[in-house]
Amino acid sequence: MDIYILQIFNGISVSSIFMLAALGLAITFGLMKIINMAHGEFIMIGAYAAYIVQNFFTQYLPASFFNWYFFIAIPIAFLLAASIGWVLERIIICHLYGRALDSMLATWGVSIVLQQLARSIFGAPNVDVKSPNWLNGALLLSPGLQLPYKRLFIMGMVIICMLIIYYLMYCSNYGRKIRAVMQNRDMAASLGINTRKIDSYTFAFGSGLAGIAGCALTLLGSIGPTLGTGYIVNTFMVVVLGGVGSLWGTIAGGLLIGTGNTTLEFLTNTTSGKVLVFTLVILFLQWRPQGLFTVHSRSLDE
Amino acid sequence: MFVKKFIKAPANWTFLIIILSLLAAPLFLSVFRINLLGKFISYAILAIGIDLIWGYTGILSLGHGVFFGLGAYAMGMYLKLEAAHGKLPDFMSWSGLEHLPAIWAPFSNPLSLLFIIIIPALLAAVIGYLTFKNRIRGVYFSILSQALSLIFVVLFIGQQAYTGGTNGLTSFQTIFGLSLAADNTKYILYYASILFLILVYTYCRFIVNHRIGKILIAIRDGENRVRFSGYNPTIYKIFVYISSAAIAGIAGAIFVPQVGIISPAEMGIVPSIEMVIWVAIGGRGTLIGAVIGAILVNGLKSGISESFPEIWSYFLGLTFIVVVIFMPEGLVGLVKKYASHLFTWHNKKEKIIQKAPSIN
Repeated sequence: MDIYILQIFNGISVSSIFMLAALGLAITFGLMKIINMAHGEFIMIGAYAAYIVQNFFTQYLPASFFNWYFFIAIPIAFLLAASIGWVLERIIICHLYGRALDSMLATWGVSIVLQQLARSIFGAPNVDVKSPNWLNGALLLSPGLQLPYKRLFIMGMVIICMLIIYYLMYCSNYGRKIRAVMQNRDMAASLGINTRKIDSYTFAFGSGLAGIAGCALTLLGSIGPTLGTGYIVNTFMVVVLGGVGSLWGTIAGGLLIGTGNTTLEFLTNTTSGKVLVFTLVILFLQWRPQGLFTVHSRSLDE
Repeated sequence: MFVKKFIKAPANWTFLIIILSLLAAPLFLSVFRINLLGKFISYAILAIGIDLIWGYTGILSLGHGVFFGLGAYAMGMYLKLEAAHGKLPDFMSWSGLEHLPAIWAPFSNPLSLLFIIIIPALLAAVIGYLTFKNRIRGVYFSILSQALSLIFVVLFIGQQAYTGGTNGLTSFQTIFGLSLAADNTKYILYYASILFLILVYTYCRFIVNHRIGKILIAIRDGENRVRFSGYNPTIYKIFVYISSAAIAGIAGAIFVPQVGIISPAEMGIVPSIEMVIWVAIGGRGTLIGAVIGAILVNGLKSGISESFPEIWSYFLGLTFIVVVIFMPEGLVGLVKKYASHLFTWHNKKEKIIQKAPSIN
């Protein structure tokens, strides 16, 4: 029994990272119809930001502060990824509106450059980020059932992020503008919303979320320049499955893909698990081609 | 009539020149370079297939590495069994298999080389039917095709005993009884690749120049209008996906004997997307652009990345960005633009006369 609970726990833990990574992607895609293939690299940037902060703490600050470095690392990862995202939007993405397929290729180029930059700066081998002491250890529910604090912490982080996003999207003026632009860009623009501004802020925000996801990933293992590549396909699948531009869709998609992956890999093996998830997603799309949750619209070409 | 028309088009002229220089290349280059060029030709064939589906039909498949890989593996399996001389291939005995698996059994027969085309085509038919029928298109299809390539890499690495795992299939010895290490065989393979390049080019040119090609372009530019005009885009899309996959399979089969190895690394996400960029750099929507792009980019790659691997990554990344954003027509588009400038400068008077009737 314990082992099943542990599997479900692992599944939810994996899902939470997918959700965080996919949210930014889902929002930017829903808003601008831009697929950002460099999204994985923003995860990588966030992870390296945590690495830099950790190095700073071990070198320049007394050891007693080290335990708290992670709380500094999260906002710094967010800000770094967001500002790079903002610059990227201003320089490159702005040329790609209305060319969704081209945006995939151009941003893939961005991802190659960013990866090589990371390789030049930090070196090709993976580096380790030491997690704070209070995150080592596990919550002991019963003798066979240990829930690692790290994973619990990540889940907590994701829940807080979700709450913030929910507030931003559905309770704030900014979110109302985003949703307006998503539903009908031209109409929103005629009503006085500066859509270009909304675009670049949202892109930066989505990139920042990926940065936080990267920061969380440092708790789970060593990080390297190609960290993001491993997540990008799964993240895309979450977006496709969940439906574009919907917060609930991303949450549901993340949960399904994350738990689906871990459960099926546990029941069969790593290879067949992955193949099964892919097949199931294809089959699911036969039934609902637009994903789980759709933003309703009457336009013909979505 | 057909030949006259064929030669009249500047793209076909360029293609003829390329073929002639490729045919003459062995006079100037060493065997090693010829072998390398043969590999590039297999990439050029692949690029033509991608151009057919992406440049003409507007479907961006980021999983063409899979079809390339399947064709290559089919060829590799045949070569492997030929090298094993009726015994079990080496990696199988390392993995503890005692009998030849059932999926390998047909590959001892040369007729099985048909699988090079059949397997990719079949996979494309299934995937294409399931996605295009439900009108999954644009980026959704691209994402799914990318996932497809990830899945196949995982599958091929995971089934070590059947596929050779990460190392893939290698250490082939002969092809149809000819030693692969001999110079003569290399020349034969090189000329065979050129032959296939010509065949594939002619096939695609035939499709593009006919009614079906016009429909493909129409699907790219306005799928709904095509549907409202009474055509069923799904069938055309599945057909073009199958054609493109089969071409990729042929390319893979040409790749294997010349390079001597096929591993899952060749079919992953990164190579798949690189294939698309060859077409983008050469010029999408022009078959000749795909050929030029594939040979040029790979030539540059082997030139630059041997000595400066770091620079190559930056170079590739930046070319991706610049080409896609600023010259979506690629090199061929650039040449066309300047050539037409020259043309109008020379024939300004004639142009005006020609234009006059169309005003009515």
